[in-house]
Amino acid sequence: MSGLTLELLLLQVVTGVALGSVFVLLAIGLSLIFGMLTIVNFAHGAFYMVGAYMGVFLYGLTGNFWICLILVPLGVGSIGLVVERFLIRPLYGRNIDDPLLLTFGLGYVFIETIRILFGLNGIPFSTPAGLRGAVDIGVGYFPLYRLFLIGATAVLVLGLWLFIEKTKFGLIIRAGARDPEILKVLGIDVSKIWLLVFGIGTGIAGLSGILAAPLQAVTPEMGIPVLAEAFVVTVVGGMGSLIGAVTAGLMVGIVVAMTSLFMPEMAKVSIFLLMALVLLVRPQGLFGRAGLMG
Amino acid sequence: MTSTRISKRRGGISRREVLAAGAGGIALAGFTPSLFSIAKAQTGVIKIGFPVPLTGPFGAEANDQVKAAEIAIKEFNEAGGFQGRLAELLVRDDKLNPGEAATRTLELIEKDKVNYVVGSLSAAVQLSINNVTKERGVIFNSISQSDAINEVKDWSKFTFHEALNPHMTAGAVGRYAFSKFGKKVAYLTADYAYGHEMVRGFESAGKPLGVQTLADIRHPIGASDYSAFLPRIQSLRPDVLCICNFGRDQVNAVKQATEFGLKEKIKIVAPVLLYTARVAGGPEIFEGVVGGTSYYWRLEDTVPTAKAFNDKFRAAHGGAVPSDYGALGYAGVRSVLTAVKNAGTTDTDKVVAAMRALKYDFYKGPQYYRDCDHQSVQSVLVIESKSKDMKDKNDVFSIVGIENPDEKNLRSCADLGHKA
Amino acid sequence: MTMSNAASLIAFGKRHRAALAIGFLLIFPWLMPYEALAVNILVLGLYAVGFNLLFGYTGLLSFGHAAFLGSGAYGCGIALVHFGVPWFGAILVGVLLSVFFAAIMGFLAIRTRGIYFAMVTLALSQCVYYLFYQAVNLTGGENGLRGINLSEIGILGFSVNFLNPTTKYYVILAFVAFALWLFSRLLASPFGAVLEAIRENESRARACGYDVARVKFIAFVISGAFCGLAGALKALHLSIVPIETLHYLTSGQVVMMALLGGMNTFFGPFVGAAAFLLLEDVLTTMTSHWQLVLGAIFVVFVLFFPKGIWGSVLAWMVRK
Repeated sequence: MSGLTLELLLLQVVTGVALGSVFVLLAIGLSLIFGMLTIVNFAHGAFYMVGAYMGVFLYGLTGNFWICLILVPLGVGSIGLVVERFLIRPLYGRNIDDPLLLTFGLGYVFIETIRILFGLNGIPFSTPAGLRGAVDIGVGYFPLYRLFLIGATAVLVLGLWLFIEKTKFGLIIRAGARDPEILKVLGIDVSKIWLLVFGIGTGIAGLSGILAAPLQAVTPEMGIPVLAEAFVVTVVGGMGSLIGAVTAGLMVGIVVAMTSLFMPEMAKVSIFLLMALVLLVRPQGLFGRAGLMG
Repeated sequence: MTSTRISKRRGGISRREVLAAGAGGIALAGFTPSLFSIAKAQTGVIKIGFPVPLTGPFGAEANDQVKAAEIAIKEFNEAGGFQGRLAELLVRDDKLNPGEAATRTLELIEKDKVNYVVGSLSAAVQLSINNVTKERGVIFNSISQSDAINEVKDWSKFTFHEALNPHMTAGAVGRYAFSKFGKKVAYLTADYAYGHEMVRGFESAGKPLGVQTLADIRHPIGASDYSAFLPRIQSLRPDVLCICNFGRDQVNAVKQATEFGLKEKIKIVAPVLLYTARVAGGPEIFEGVVGGTSYYWRLEDTVPTAKAFNDKFRAAHGGAVPSDYGALGYAGVRSVLTAVKNAGTTDTDKVVAAMRALKYDFYKGPQYYRDCDHQSVQSVLVIESKSKDMKDKNDVFSIVGIENPDEKNLRSCADLGHKA
Repeated sequence: MTMSNAASLIAFGKRHRAALAIGFLLIFPWLMPYEALAVNILVLGLYAVGFNLLFGYTGLLSFGHAAFLGSGAYGCGIALVHFGVPWFGAILVGVLLSVFFAAIMGFLAIRTRGIYFAMVTLALSQCVYYLFYQAVNLTGGENGLRGINLSEIGILGFSVNFLNPTTKYYVILAFVAFALWLFSRLLASPFGAVLEAIRENESRARACGYDVARVKFIAFVISGAFCGLAGALKALHLSIVPIETLHYLTSGQVVMMALLGGMNTFFGPFVGAAAFLLLEDVLTTMTSHWQLVLGAIFVVFVLFFPKGIWGSVLAWMVRK
């Protein structure tokens, strides 16, 4: 293939890492929710989309991207809290598939609501000033915003890791993921924990939405393809594992980037093949715990 | 013997019952009287079925098509209709889904007994509608882009194509861009039929100009992230980058190409620039992008029928201007109704003949349907997106070139499989 | 209605469920605004019933059943369009193709359980989607497979006008009726009893000596066959096979239908398919935001009517 230089390959890898960052953020949210609540959140893509819209809307009001980065996860997380409290909590103790089905229907509701509020077409959103342009990273020019994205993801992952490993709340989450019964024995109100975890998970989804907004068209349907990809990453990494989400997210991002270079038509199906392969060889995912399923 | 009795008790039904039901069913089917006949009404209201994707990503275009089509109907009725018979538009939502479109078309033909069908947006949907209408001998005038519908495999004498096809728009844009901006070309193409048709259109326009294709990079349709393809495009150093996709894909691709800094050294062109996509993407993202279209409202500056149409649309819709696809809704319906008047009857075969003979100028200049494939031969506009000097919020493009109607710009009849 | 009356009515219904269902379907077209919709309900109803063999009766939630609907449709269509196979044979080809994919997918997926089963089936069916998408020469790719045009078909020497919507309905009904009868026999057989045992308690079923994995696999393949038949009939009805047939959203739709109708009943999925399509049809004329209403209704059903429409009706009758 003509023009295939080392620079191009490395640039492609960096592109893959940037792509993977969005996957990582989405997978973390999904993984958290599944790890703690054993719920497959089929509305995760919709929360992502709502986050993007909320971000664009708030940016229009405040003109300050950084404030939006704080407000959006809080806003979307609050929606998540309401959803968990009133729609999902009644389903505990029932069929394990029920929350999956409910969130599936909920996704449609979110998408249509956004269509009603903001129209069918999507709204324009350019990279915020200060993060525009491209920088020379040694192997070529690379968009500044994508570097920011990689950085922001790294910071978030680190923060989350510290939160889970070093704080008391994090300890409760880890215990609850391993054995919810223990929490009840220790007198902790499990339903409150689950409520908060769902809120955090969806809040992160919303954050990934606004972070992704400058990269692609902000449309009501933007969450649909993303959902499938996020599932792939979560499953490959292992449901309920933070390290798994990060590793798988980056892996999938790089796989997509490299496939796009050599066999572009296969780029989309490559991730599903990867998912099928991992599930058949190691059903719990790379870092998941065996037995953490139905 | 015992087994039959046991099966009865277990909730099954015996073989005898099944055979009886089957025979009864066939008898019923065979002797069903013609509760249904494909013959459409020869008196009464002239019904035009209009399946368009009212819900989904192209809802805005579809609603525009409905608005414009209704203007054509109103014009027809206010002029007295045809021998006192008025026209009626039966709008249905096909949800941009070919299966749904087929169901709706069956509904329109079998239940509503429409005389003709106009509509569709998206290649797959129009092919699906066409498949149903041609089997039942109903005229279908398609108002969205596709090369495939003119090909002999899908085409029928009842099939008409009011809209442009990718070959025409890509060709016009190619002829403009390659002579102006350079001969080294790269393509970023959506990997589906429409995408490939666009590339073919560009390449056939480029060949006589000595254009060199550096690469044709395919991406999966519906991709939201094109960053994986852009470094390679950058390394190829083309003069022109043709982004051959549509709608959301196009907005995403252009947005990300801009962000990667491609615009500094490369001219970005697209075969089709949608008015609504440009508005949704915003002026910054599309700045400087050149593309093709069937219609842009500023054509009223030079073409009187455009002004007449725009004024009617503005009057009916509070100053709004029609979009490119919207205008096709107007022309598609008006062609059929005009042909009915010319033929002096609603009989399908005679209306087909009248449409073939039709020479018209409804909103953009002279048009007529080519004999071999009923493709409407019409002008193609080359437009450039602008962000400065915008007279108002609707003024998003400049018309930088107009290619006059010419059969040479279409794919040849032989190419499409039609015998000469 | 007294308790014993209702109970005996329900018992009667259970014994003759296939006959009753078919009887109802015989008069169905006169209840519907137009026949094409009635045929759609027939076909999707069969799709939902086939899916429910796995979901309601075996307790396995698959998110990949679009692969079987689609391969059945494409198999039938390709046989007819590209190889000139007569319509009856084309339907058979469709069913065989879907059985083929079901066997592969089933073999791979049965090893997983619970949520992972849903995920694997989703991923594998997406692979099937891309496979058919890329085989443009056979399938038409994005544009779908067109040209499945049957205007006249031969049945036992008689020539029948297939373009006539009522005729088309009854021909398709013949197949659906046969399938429903077969399905009923299957459920009533010892095999059916094992399926329900597995759903109730898999470990206990294994302890009783049943080869659970093998039974699940067979159920998967049979389910695929029913859905494949539905797909083949759909192809004949619409004269096209759109590529969307294979997309995971189509898999999601059948899950909704089964749930809406009632996954623990024989006829429930049919009711669910009818409700789903009618709702869409009616809602579309009322508002362009029908997806909001549909999604909300679905959420309400999951929360308050897990038995589905038909299941709730039956339960209410018994309670009275």
